[in-house]
Amino acid sequence: MELDKKIKKMLIVNNRKIFYIISAVLVGVSIIVLMVWGLNLSIDFKGGTIIEISYPDERPAVSDIEKNLEKLNLGEHSIRPVGEMGYLIRTRSLEESERAILFQALSNNGSKKITEERFDSVGPLLGKEAVRKSLFSIILVIVCIVLFITFAFRKVSEPVASWKYGLITVLALIHDVLIPAGVFAVLGHFKGIEVDTLFVTALLVVLGFSVHDTIVVFDRVRENLKVNHETRTKKPFEQIVGESISQTFVRSINTSLTTILVLIVLFFVGAVSTQMFSLALIIGITAGTYSSIFIGSTLLVTAEKFQRK
Amino acid sequence: MFRQRIIALLVIIVAVAIGYFIYQTEQVDSSYNFKLGLDLNGGSHLIYQADVSEVATSDIASSMEALRNVIERRVNLFGVSEPLVQTESAGLIAGKTIAQKLIVELPGVADIDKAITMIGKTPLLEFKLVKEDPPAVGTTTPTITLTPTGLTGRLLKRAALEFDQNIGEPQVLLSFTSEGQELFAQITKDNVGRVLGIFLDGQPLSLPVVREEIRDGNAVISGNFTPAEAKILVRDLNYGALPVPIKLLSTQKIGASLGADAVKAGVKAGGISFLVIALFLILWYRLPGAIAVIALAIYVALNLALFKLIPVTLTAAGIAGFILSIGMAVDANILIFERLKEELRRGKTLVDAIHEGFTRAWTSIRDSNLSSIITAVILFWFASTSVIKGFALVFGIGVLTSMLTAITVSRTLLFALGFKGENKITRFLFSCGIR
Repeated sequence: MELDKKIKKMLIVNNRKIFYIISAVLVGVSIIVLMVWGLNLSIDFKGGTIIEISYPDERPAVSDIEKNLEKLNLGEHSIRPVGEMGYLIRTRSLEESERAILFQALSNNGSKKITEERFDSVGPLLGKEAVRKSLFSIILVIVCIVLFITFAFRKVSEPVASWKYGLITVLALIHDVLIPAGVFAVLGHFKGIEVDTLFVTALLVVLGFSVHDTIVVFDRVRENLKVNHETRTKKPFEQIVGESISQTFVRSINTSLTTILVLIVLFFVGAVSTQMFSLALIIGITAGTYSSIFIGSTLLVTAEKFQRK
Repeated sequence: MFRQRIIALLVIIVAVAIGYFIYQTEQVDSSYNFKLGLDLNGGSHLIYQADVSEVATSDIASSMEALRNVIERRVNLFGVSEPLVQTESAGLIAGKTIAQKLIVELPGVADIDKAITMIGKTPLLEFKLVKEDPPAVGTTTPTITLTPTGLTGRLLKRAALEFDQNIGEPQVLLSFTSEGQELFAQITKDNVGRVLGIFLDGQPLSLPVVREEIRDGNAVISGNFTPAEAKILVRDLNYGALPVPIKLLSTQKIGASLGADAVKAGVKAGGISFLVIALFLILWYRLPGAIAVIALAIYVALNLALFKLIPVTLTAAGIAGFILSIGMAVDANILIFERLKEELRRGKTLVDAIHEGFTRAWTSIRDSNLSSIITAVILFWFASTSVIKGFALVFGIGVLTSMLTAITVSRTLLFALGFKGENKITRFLFSCGIR
């Protein structure tokens, strides 16, 4: 019984190679998918116009609308039905004067009643700025978190230096961001789902949350190292990490579970505009919880083994 | 013990009062109603880029301020309720090209189209020196160089319609502010004999030759106006002439019905989320779980009250952020209760275990919440849209208040229950799981 418990405690640490392989495969596939298909960027990033209109009386056929739009020199555009009454139209970014002409055409020169539900137009300049700001804030968050972890664990230097805790956190963070990005590249390719600035926000929240979980385990390692040092039990580092993981396992799962539960509710019940945001968070936080339990702390053991060689 | 119970009672009374405040202020039209963003209320969000390439760096701020005032005056003409006009400089990371932006938010839907068109029609008034060089070899058109003088619509005080005394032609009289008067005198003094063109929206309105220094700060535009044209020009200039050219970068218009759907969905999602979390906490952590549910209810009330008092403009993303924070607010409770159980398993008495649970869980709660705060601050600072800014603000407030409710409030309530001895019942109440 006692032995059984001990084996159970070390289960994750001893099988760390399996978890490394799972993560490596997931991250590898994500990178390939991102390189081959890329993300399907929304107008937030590449500029363009999205119009949602509804016809309260009767919705004309797509071909009729298409006929009216032909003369307008809109370039590449798409018309997709929404609900029972409406259409979603995508075009390049439009000037205010072009917008008026477009609405004239959509209402068939005023003979069809239309309601403008949404008009969203982003110029290419603003899109470029959004790309730059998004990349910058992701990098900044990662850098700040590493510095913070290095600082928070500054007193821990034996047997693994505090900056290594920071470095491992970064590896875990990159893992947590790449996986949802990869999933969205697949969704973008097959389902046409786009990523917008809200998606970037989701990634940043994933970063914050994933550190949250990693810190819970690291904090326990920090505490157990101290106890070990005080009582002079001289347990091997491997065992300390293993015990720390098993001691914090339930709370890591539970803290993520409550967050994922509300996200699932938000995905199914919440506003349409935040649905993909919730999905990105669900994937990212799941990856984050996985990495903080199975990757983050086990990498500490690997780092320590590596040092001893 | 007695003291703790008094404090706990006070906490609950304050929480109920906050709850009543939220309920009451939603029943009537008050200044404490929730402020809903454009995506929920319907309205337009316009982003303009101001071209400040011809403005001296030291004058950029005042030009942008003048621009803001001009546009605000324009927007107000159209009876849009609570328009928001603000300038934004993109800050340290953006290149020079899009450094200065003007953001116009027009809530509601009445007359928006007209307002947008009118903003677009705001005249841009500039005075430029015109230098005509003889045509280059092989061409016939003379090369014309235009030199900006720094005298623009920013320095215009008033425009008036006049009729030339000799031929009765309509003229537009411009009077400058005192700063403009000085500048105008300087320009005319330095450039006697040269052409000082008056340009409206980049088109030359009139190209008078400077004959002498003009000190009184008045300029006359005598183009070939009809009286009606001159009248419109005077009106437009008096509503404000643009100090710098602006260009529409992005337009966002949301109809009221989409927004109303989003609000309903958000409220429903929030309610269900709360119930799911409450159920989970009570089933898994039993008595401490129930305490955490009360703390969570206080968390919700406190946040909603803060949204009203600050006030925070709520967007769909903001509501999502708040619901997300409900899921994260209980994290601290989970960390504490897990620790509490662990201490109980180690054989500590109940009172000691509760104490240890709160103290020992603190470091990990502090460190992990700090990383969330770092994220929120960076998101807020580098938000590329107001949607993200709204999310970051709600998220950040949530993380901060959750530390108060999940730790302080739940500790106060738990101690107020006053468990001393241990028996089967308390053991059951403080253990966990489905067993």
